[in-house]
Amino acid sequence: MNEHDPNQKGHDTEAPLHQLYQEVILDHYRKPRNKGVVDESTHNITMNNPLCGDVVELLLTVRDGRIVDAGFEGHGCSISQASASMMTERLKGRSFEEALAMDATFTRMLHGDADAATDEDLGDLRALAGVAKFPVRVRCALLAWNCLEELVGADS
Amino acid sequence: MTPISTLDVTKIRQDFPILQRKIHGHPLVYLDNAASSQKPAVVVAAVSGYFLNSHANVHRGAHQLSVEATDAYESARAVVADFIGGRTKELVFTRGTTESINLVAASWGGANLREGDEILLTLMEHHSNLVPWQLIAARTGARLRFAGLTADARLDLEDLAAKIGPRTRMVAVTHVSNTLGVVNPVAEITALAHEAGALCLVDGAQAAPHLDVDVSEIGCDFYAFSGHKMCGPTGIGALWGRKELLEEMPPYQGGGEMISEVRLDGSSWAAVPHKFEAGTPSVGDAVGLRAAVRYLTRLGLDEIHQHETMLTEYALDRLTELDGFDLFGPRTGRVGVISFRYGDIHAHDLATILDAHGIAIRAGHHCNQPLMNHLGVDATARASVYLYNTHEEIDALVEGLLAARKLFGGFA
Repeated sequence: MNEHDPNQKGHDTEAPLHQLYQEVILDHYRKPRNKGVVDESTHNITMNNPLCGDVVELLLTVRDGRIVDAGFEGHGCSISQASASMMTERLKGRSFEEALAMDATFTRMLHGDADAATDEDLGDLRALAGVAKFPVRVRCALLAWNCLEELVGADS
Repeated sequence: MTPISTLDVTKIRQDFPILQRKIHGHPLVYLDNAASSQKPAVVVAAVSGYFLNSHANVHRGAHQLSVEATDAYESARAVVADFIGGRTKELVFTRGTTESINLVAASWGGANLREGDEILLTLMEHHSNLVPWQLIAARTGARLRFAGLTADARLDLEDLAAKIGPRTRMVAVTHVSNTLGVVNPVAEITALAHEAGALCLVDGAQAAPHLDVDVSEIGCDFYAFSGHKMCGPTGIGALWGRKELLEEMPPYQGGGEMISEVRLDGSSWAAVPHKFEAGTPSVGDAVGLRAAVRYLTRLGLDEIHQHETMLTEYALDRLTELDGFDLFGPRTGRVGVISFRYGDIHAHDLATILDAHGIAIRAGHHCNQPLMNHLGVDATARASVYLYNTHEEIDALVEGLLAARKLFGGFA
């Protein structure tokens, strides 16, 4: 009767959920890294997701074209906050160009790119690959990265 | 005393084909009714029957189809007006509650508000009963005031009464909170407004689908509601207003349908309610809303309300037993809109996990940001019931929450 048959059969409920909510993600959600004031931050921006109310403020300290410190503030779901927490860990020491390269890889991973999901440059962030199966949550994972693009993209 | 449900929910569920769907391999458990209800087949058949058999433009043709379309549209107006105890000529079709309130704010407010006049709202208003007033206040210099809440998250009537003053021109209040589920004493609030010479607008978006509403019993001046939350199509709703007010108010939009005579140097307006219905109306949706009203009326609003009350009590009993379950809003004097937090699992994460189990709830600020700030949260999860929901679906919600807790390895 229904051409698209929306009643998918044999769908596994738990596996995608376990992929989405990996321990490392819950750990960053409950014990966020680099959350708080960054010493002598030179760059900061706050962005929100007006549909769900997630908020991330990204703070960077940039010296001689390198990110020497990164931190964030904010509130929201586990995906948006864990993504911000993990991102700040991977930003320190990078040039803007290197930061944007990581941003491009991360964004490709969230759109389902399997190569990006194994790229070692992403470190723990690869745990967020499961978000790709939950399209409405992709914007949660990207919120902190949108902040990064605004700060770093606007300056370079 | 717990009421006994007289609704045959098994039979009702067969009227809603979508309830047979599976979501991610699970039977759909639809608990997002405060956002939008599902549609019975009779409503879809009414809309399609109209377009397949009787469609033409209304109020203008001399031909048979135009006569049939006009009859269908105007009959829908009579049925929808009667549904809330209003007179047919006092019922303006709009796109929904939001447009209804914008109409009053822009038309009545634009003509009547002066600098220093006050519009009294409450902290629990949906953005659609707040932002239109902000817009007209900015244009006219009127000032918005807000009645607060009591500690148990009901409307603070004493505070509301104290904030009605000599400059209050309008009291605009929701009949039922879309976040807290509380039912406000709108007749009493209307009386307070009228004592002070102010008007009262009631936002009925969350009330009309669930309660037997009678605007003459409430005594209010305007009542706004939406079709899609009460089994009707999207894109259709209504504004009921007292005739003498509607007659004094200037048009909201200009165009066809709403005129009496148009000259190059000016125009005169059609009689109420057509004065407020510029352009070709959404005839098919009005016909669909008529079918929805007939469907609900046949089942009985009191019976629907009883069923929902019973289900809500069961849900609250089961949910508040869960460790870490945090309910927003009171236990009594409410409808089946249940806002909550569950441990340290964010509302969006809950919604994703429940969705994977086929359970649809809402997560977010529910277009209620000032209320969220007052409650000190950025988001809540919200489950809301309607006539077709069952005890088994409440059990599924409870199981889903327990699964979410397990997935998160307990609470931090």
